[in-house]
Amino acid sequence: MADPITHPVQLVQPDGRRVFDREHAALVSDIGPDRLRQLYEDMAVVRRIDVEATALQRQGQLGLWPPLLGQEAAQIGSAHALHPDDYVFCSYREAGVAYCRGVDTSLLTRLWRGVDHHCWDPADINMTNPAIVVGAQGLHATGYAYAAQLDGAEIAVLTYFGDGATSQGDIAEALGFAASWSAPVVFFCTNNQWAISEPVHVQSPTPIVRRAYGYGIPGVQVDGNDVLAVLAMTRWAVARARAGGGPSFVEAITYRMGPHTTADDPTRYRSAAETELWRRRDPIDRIRRLLEREELWDSDFEDRVQSRCDEIGGRVRAATIDLPDPDPAQLFEHVYTTDHPLIAEERRQYAAYLAAGESDAPPIAEGVRA
Amino acid sequence: MITTFAGALNTGLRRALEDDPKVVLMGEDIGRLGGVFRVTDTLQKDFGNHRVIDTPLAESGIIGTAFGMALRGYRPVCEIQFDGFVYPAFDQIVSQVAKIHYRTRGKVFAPLTIRIPCGGGIGSVEHHSESPEAYFAHTAGLRVIAPSDPADAYLLLRQAISLDDPVIFFEPKRRYWDKADIDVDALDDDPFPIDRARIRREGDDATVVAYGGMVRTALTAAEIAAGEGHSLEVIDLRSLSPIDVDTVEESVRRTGRLVIAHEAPVFAGLGAEIAARVTERCFYYLEAPVLRVGGFDIPYPPAKLERHHLPDPDRILAAVDRTLAA
Ligand SMILES: Cc1ncc(C[n+]2csc(CCOP(=O)(O)OP(=O)(O)O)c2C)c(N)n1
Repeated sequence: MADPITHPVQLVQPDGRRVFDREHAALVSDIGPDRLRQLYEDMAVVRRIDVEATALQRQGQLGLWPPLLGQEAAQIGSAHALHPDDYVFCSYREAGVAYCRGVDTSLLTRLWRGVDHHCWDPADINMTNPAIVVGAQGLHATGYAYAAQLDGAEIAVLTYFGDGATSQGDIAEALGFAASWSAPVVFFCTNNQWAISEPVHVQSPTPIVRRAYGYGIPGVQVDGNDVLAVLAMTRWAVARARAGGGPSFVEAITYRMGPHTTADDPTRYRSAAETELWRRRDPIDRIRRLLEREELWDSDFEDRVQSRCDEIGGRVRAATIDLPDPDPAQLFEHVYTTDHPLIAEERRQYAAYLAAGESDAPPIAEGVRA
Repeated sequence: MITTFAGALNTGLRRALEDDPKVVLMGEDIGRLGGVFRVTDTLQKDFGNHRVIDTPLAESGIIGTAFGMALRGYRPVCEIQFDGFVYPAFDQIVSQVAKIHYRTRGKVFAPLTIRIPCGGGIGSVEHHSESPEAYFAHTAGLRVIAPSDPADAYLLLRQAISLDDPVIFFEPKRRYWDKADIDVDALDDDPFPIDRARIRREGDDATVVAYGGMVRTALTAAEIAAGEGHSLEVIDLRSLSPIDVDTVEESVRRTGRLVIAHEAPVFAGLGAEIAARVTERCFYYLEAPVLRVGGFDIPYPPAKLERHHLPDPDRILAAVDRTLAA
């Protein structure tokens, strides 16, 4: 077998030709024409959601958005490896994963518009809300997985995080706990080459996946712009977890095509040539070429995908614009699960203050950063 | 020079790097990018990546390794990207950095400056608008500083870096774009102590104490009050640990009334400390109970609600009205 680090697993080449790799291709041998087209459609829809949300931010409808442009294959490929009863612990960039898990797309922008701290009800799609504190979710996933194992549930837990996050103690500790407990957790690292302005080598001089080896956790590098390869290797890891094989690590090598968030300016730290190089490896173009080669592409299909993109894009836009500003009473809700005298007093006082008309509380935002 | 608050800090860091080869800057994205708020803009280009260090993405790592460098005679100035991300480093700060001088009975010191953009008002998402000052002020061994305008940002940063105590340096992020004309050479010669409060506006009817991002809000409130015939004295605390109670006491003895305004939740916040100390010292001079205006005792709310949470001039004036009516 080729060195998995110098040769990340790849099943489709950038020009759409299949790679001869019998071992890994076997993991996706059941993916026929319909499922291939579904993968394409999901990637196209997710790109549309992302482009729409980015535009909404530029138009002042969202405070912030973390684009996932270029990372569609990593998200859609991995999400397709999961069952509905598996559980996902995400970072802030996994809107595409949420889509695959069936989120109501009208909820995707709530947090980023600033009306709420959450987007969806985690129980609806077995997926946590966006985690802003980098790396924290790795430990949560490990604890959840261990608990599921104690309960005798045959599920896998998958946690997403970036290459930068692997520098956090929380991720290192999560690897240690998961290995010690043999917990059914999949560490899915989206190595998009950058942590805001820091290239991946600031985090680690050796390939990220090697970090897992030190804990005795098997891992694999996969071409993160190849949706089939990502699906295959995530299936491998998920199957291991479900079968009681313990944790594993998947490093998806991909690229963040856009800014870190809409507040970021990537021209300050990376070259246009680098971005251009990756544009040629675009994950959606790749599967389209595969479909064309395998004669699964026709104008009917193209139109169908287009109208699905328009429908969902329009839905995200309308839902965002229609979101009203929250009632100030929401400030005091759900701080505790039971009555709390201090909160009750503040709620009363502030309602009286507003009723007395002392303040129209003008908007104070002076700019948005993250 | 005409500069922003962020620009003043940038100049302060530049001069500190020039003056002392042992000063190093450490943090996430502070190099090429110049920090997410551009406070370290161009410094890596001019001083090299061994003095302006882009660290791995790990706050405990930043503070813990800075502490180690300090043990070897360096003077690290660390940037924590946002207030809400200092907590992974909390253990290093309060258990190690704060205690080393005491633990070694004065043999070892840790001259770290830990810069933290803090507070709300920029419409950001969760964990980007916190006011964690009370956690640090509660820890013996740390000094806590909060400048409110560009000149003081420069002066206090220069003084903080030259201190041998560890300093938590809170930069009110909604003020980063405030502009002023400052004379940095004059500031370098300014002997005004780092731990003394400043009276920003004189007045006789009531004293308003504020710090950091809230000072400008308090000054606006005082301006409005003046139009209504009330003269407010506004004190900018500057140092949150230690607190210059003398300056506040002197003012309250004259005005007889005190309102304290901060962004942080009121419960167990710095306002409580100031109120208690002023009451101890000025009980017979007070015409009314000391009042506090602050954030509600809730997690920092979503951006669309922060205008309700973050005290504005009207909320300060409502408290002023109450104290004047008493
Ligand atoms: C504990 C913590 N420190 C700093 C930040 C600020 N921050 C947000 S995202 C980010 C970079 C994360 O990079 P990576 O883990 O590679 O994920 P990516 O954003 O590239 O998907 C940083 C520094 C944060 N959110 N949490």
